[in-house]
Amino acid sequence: MMKQASLKNKVAIVGVGESDIGRVPHMTGLGLNAQAAKRALDDAGMNVSDIDGVLTAYSFTEPYFMLGSVICEYLGLKPRYNASMVVGGASPAAMLKHAAEAIVAGQAETILVCAGENRATGVTRDAAVAALAVVGHPYFEQPYGTSIPGFYAMIANRHMHVYGTTREQMAQVAVQTRKHALLHPNAHMKTALTQEQVLNAKPIADPLGMFDCCLISDAGGAFIVTSAERARDLKSSPVYLQGIGEYHTHEHLLCAPSLSEFGVTESGRIAYEMAGLGPKDIDVAELYDCFTIVPIIELEELGFCERGEGGAFFAEGHAAIGGTLPVNTHGGMLSHAHAGAAGGLFGILEAVRQLRGGLGERQVQGAEVAIVHNEGGVLSSHCTAILSSMKG
Amino acid sequence: MVDSIAVQPYIHNQEMNYQEKQLNISLPKPVSNADSRTYWDGARERKLLIRRCNSCGVLHFMPRFICPSCWSEDLEWIESKGAGAVYSFTVIHRAPTPVFAQHTPYVTAMIELDEGPRIVANILGDNALSVKIGNRVSVTFEDRGDGDLIPQFERVTN
Repeated sequence: MMKQASLKNKVAIVGVGESDIGRVPHMTGLGLNAQAAKRALDDAGMNVSDIDGVLTAYSFTEPYFMLGSVICEYLGLKPRYNASMVVGGASPAAMLKHAAEAIVAGQAETILVCAGENRATGVTRDAAVAALAVVGHPYFEQPYGTSIPGFYAMIANRHMHVYGTTREQMAQVAVQTRKHALLHPNAHMKTALTQEQVLNAKPIADPLGMFDCCLISDAGGAFIVTSAERARDLKSSPVYLQGIGEYHTHEHLLCAPSLSEFGVTESGRIAYEMAGLGPKDIDVAELYDCFTIVPIIELEELGFCERGEGGAFFAEGHAAIGGTLPVNTHGGMLSHAHAGAAGGLFGILEAVRQLRGGLGERQVQGAEVAIVHNEGGVLSSHCTAILSSMKG
Repeated sequence: MVDSIAVQPYIHNQEMNYQEKQLNISLPKPVSNADSRTYWDGARERKLLIRRCNSCGVLHFMPRFICPSCWSEDLEWIESKGAGAVYSFTVIHRAPTPVFAQHTPYVTAMIELDEGPRIVANILGDNALSVKIGNRVSVTFEDRGDGDLIPQFERVTN
């Protein structure tokens, strides 16, 4: 197999921004993107005229045919590099990778990456659930009343069956990340959550209850990627891309090669190899957590523990701030925000903030290397990124 | 006052229509296309058809124009015995659409056929809700109206 060209130390994230989050009825999805983009640009200390590339993803609430062009039009940008990526929740990290590729290839110098939707107030909850049902195969899954929580529930049941993971361990993922969200000033969730509340919540798709499922938020997020050379002159401290890898195994769960082994291992392997780093070098992890079972699987596949030990890793407190590997220090999609492709994008923003430092109680002490994993579909599309405050 | 009199019957009629519609909504019918027509025609005759590649011999579900293993176009349809085991499942309490909400809780499962390929379907029958991974199941066919049948599964009690 070919060895992928290295993107190590070639680009940096120099600005991050998130919109107002939660229920924001006075703003459109495009408005949330614009607010996040403006905040990211301010954070970078750059000008609108510096942006020569734009990458965005997709929107269920404002389903424009050419969303990338629509975002540029809304922001008054005329970029020479523009695309909409649709690999579901994996899109933000994949956009970081494509931005890096474009910058290294000299196709653009400074790229705005943004995503977000007004999923909480832009549509009814029923409409949001129904819209997401189209993730199921139209002919071989949807006729059986499948749902996204239902697909992940089948993965959770299989993981419990094969490895002995428990509902209590999954509940601890929600409980631990909620504690982190309470330390984040902009998180959607503002109150503590107990294991009993998670276990006794309204059932959605066994074994998943309501608190095992991510939020439905109004939220937008954005970051600015530029060349490592350009990053040197800016006011913000750059966070360098050390390694990044994609891997895609299926779209519909029906065609998943397995329900207990996924593509995280391979996207992680590519990222580690490019970075020249391994699991022991990582100080903080921002993992995709659309459902509580998912970060458990990702921890295992990224090599932070053996298969079947991910649940105990959370239950024993290793994933807490102050633990051996703090996970989802902003609260993740379970407690900070989830709005389409913005969900995983907030993991990238949080990794950058942790590496810059100065987050007070939320700060992971001495954090120099962070890993981010985004996945899309039903653990179908994967992208793992490794970031560092220093050139490795 | 006049407004409320004028408005109330209207709202009432809307609600009645909505409820009537709910009762009349039936579960979705299969949609066949060029890849799947033979599959759904087979289901109407109570046959579960899967594809076999004559070049590499690999069986697959979700019918395609080419073999996903070797890209051969030399594919044939074979009839599955319809027997298998539950690979995983979930009990759905929150349905994706109002049509399925009428039937909660219901079981959606992934079945591993004895021939190898996996298929998503519901587990039907009185003992469906107590299903476990590994339970033996056999195919049955659910009437979705106008002669359309879709493959479903029932637990096999030994």
